[in-house]
Amino acid sequence: MAKSQLRVQRGFLWQGLFTLLMFFFMYLPILVLALYSFNQSRYSASWEGFTLAWYQKLFSDARILFALQNSLTVAFCAVGVSAVVGTLMAVGLARYRFPGRSLYRGISYLPLIIPDIAIAVATLIFLAVVQIRLSLWTIVASHVVFCLAYVGLIVSTRLADLNPHLEEAALDLGATPFQAFIKVLLPQLMPGIISGCLLAFVLSLDDFLIASFTAGSDATTLPLEIYSRIRTGVKPDINALSVVLMLVSGLVFLIAESIRYQSTEKRLK
Amino acid sequence: MSQTAVQNPDANSTDTGLDVELRKVFKVFNGETAVRGVDLEIHQGEFFSILGPSGCGKTTTLRLIAGFEMPSAGEVVIQGKSMTYVPPYRRPVNTVFQSYALFNHLTVWENIAFGLRIKGLPKAAIAERVKETLKLVKMEAFTNRFPTQLSGGQQQRVALARALVNRPAVLLLDEPLGALDLKLRKEMQVELSNLHQDLGLTFVMVTHDQEEALSLSDRISVMHEGQIEQIGTPSEIYECPQSAFVADFIGDTNLFRGRVYALDASEIQVVTETKMKIAVQKQSSSMSWNSQEAVVVSVRPEKIQLNLEPSCVQGNCFEGRLKHVMYLGTHVHCVVELNSGDRITVKQPNTFASLPDPQTPIYAYWTPKDCLVLASRDTA
Repeated sequence: MAKSQLRVQRGFLWQGLFTLLMFFFMYLPILVLALYSFNQSRYSASWEGFTLAWYQKLFSDARILFALQNSLTVAFCAVGVSAVVGTLMAVGLARYRFPGRSLYRGISYLPLIIPDIAIAVATLIFLAVVQIRLSLWTIVASHVVFCLAYVGLIVSTRLADLNPHLEEAALDLGATPFQAFIKVLLPQLMPGIISGCLLAFVLSLDDFLIASFTAGSDATTLPLEIYSRIRTGVKPDINALSVVLMLVSGLVFLIAESIRYQSTEKRLK
Repeated sequence: MSQTAVQNPDANSTDTGLDVELRKVFKVFNGETAVRGVDLEIHQGEFFSILGPSGCGKTTTLRLIAGFEMPSAGEVVIQGKSMTYVPPYRRPVNTVFQSYALFNHLTVWENIAFGLRIKGLPKAAIAERVKETLKLVKMEAFTNRFPTQLSGGQQQRVALARALVNRPAVLLLDEPLGALDLKLRKEMQVELSNLHQDLGLTFVMVTHDQEEALSLSDRISVMHEGQIEQIGTPSEIYECPQSAFVADFIGDTNLFRGRVYALDASEIQVVTETKMKIAVQKQSSSMSWNSQEAVVVSVRPEKIQLNLEPSCVQGNCFEGRLKHVMYLGTHVHCVVELNSGDRITVKQPNTFASLPDPQTPIYAYWTPKDCLVLASRDTA
């Protein structure tokens, strides 16, 4: 009796320890980063007291604000395009039968598997071949590639869970196919579309690799700005910026997940 | 035989009081024919059921009337107007789906108002009609709920209301009670029947539940492999099935395959494959038989009597042994193995004091007028 209890306790200890180690391993670097963003020392090595000066500096740095503006422009444009096209793609693939449909479906989700570096290099070469000058808009175009795949995937999952007769019910009640789409299908797909968009938004905001290949000379996004600064040594204001970026990404991701979770809950109730 | 039997030679469709007509309708899906030459005439105000096993094409037939499918050949006429290629949103019919297909993002009220809003009725009229319909299906208390917050039976009522509020010429019901438990199903059957009487609308219901079809319908069409086997009133279908399939599908029956070996004015003598000789009274129906023709004899389990004495004076009497008894409360189902080797099911009222053991000879008998001779094609 006592022995078995002991074993249970020891097992519990083991699991706890393992979990702790995992968290330690995964989040310690981030924790250190966050901590040093409050450090007074200009050279990050030693702790010299708490300060918010780096955050202040960050928000008055014109270059960073410019980069932030670029990043947001890219993210909003790429996600906006992907939301419309991705939703139509998912609906089209689910509802209509046409030759090459399964091939299309396979290809549309391929950007999720292809390494970013391959997408980046391919896009760069393609842009060079068709002689389009690199700019902010080339980043948008390359981001649409993977955002579209994410939005399409999440919307089609949601679509697969819907009652297949919903549109028919709307048609039956006198709605034209367009009205049925706007009044019935779209509202029911909304949770999927929103969570897909938020996910794509975070990914676009965080992307460094693809942007670094496809950015024009003046089109510095936030991750590109951070990287260029880090080359001259890690400064605490970059730490602060990283913390802000992480918080924003985390928040957006959390919202996306909770929307998806709630919509599942509602269906299962 | 059936399609030609129901065809009305002077079907002129305009003012004959027909709400739905299907004329030689075929539907082919990817090389598979789901509906083969169906002819139907559904009268105004009728409760019409399409009954059949799963995969017989009954739901496809309903979807052809609703307009969700376009026929590969043939014509669909609703209230005298050809609707063959008219899309569902321009047909004067409304459907209650098996899965209800309620709009989960709208409240009960909004669900019901959907059709009226699409048609652009004034707000006051919509409010009035929705209220009226909610009362009709007894869902006034749930106006502002969402469909996910309702039970299956309540969702069913909302689905009914959503269709009825549009005042369709024909209400189509696709296995409307299939998802409900037995008790609720019985309740809803009564309500459906009441609704039909109160509204005087034409109801077309698809079901695989023969009891439901028999109890609710004015007329039933039995479908099998994309074709209509028989159309008739419930009692016609049950008492005078025109094929072995119908006899077997509607209610229980005992089927004996055999050949006609003697005929006279009133009786047909059939010898079964197991050498039983069965006498069958001739039906008034037009069917005529030739000697040596392959036929099937159908005897309903409740028409067979069991006795310990071979004292049956007239009719068919066969010795056998009691093999199995199923107790069903009001009735008992006895499986009797006849000396010929055939096994028959006998339904007896629950009045047996004690049942004989499997060694005792028992006699099963029925009169010639309690059985039927049917054409032997397509018995599964």
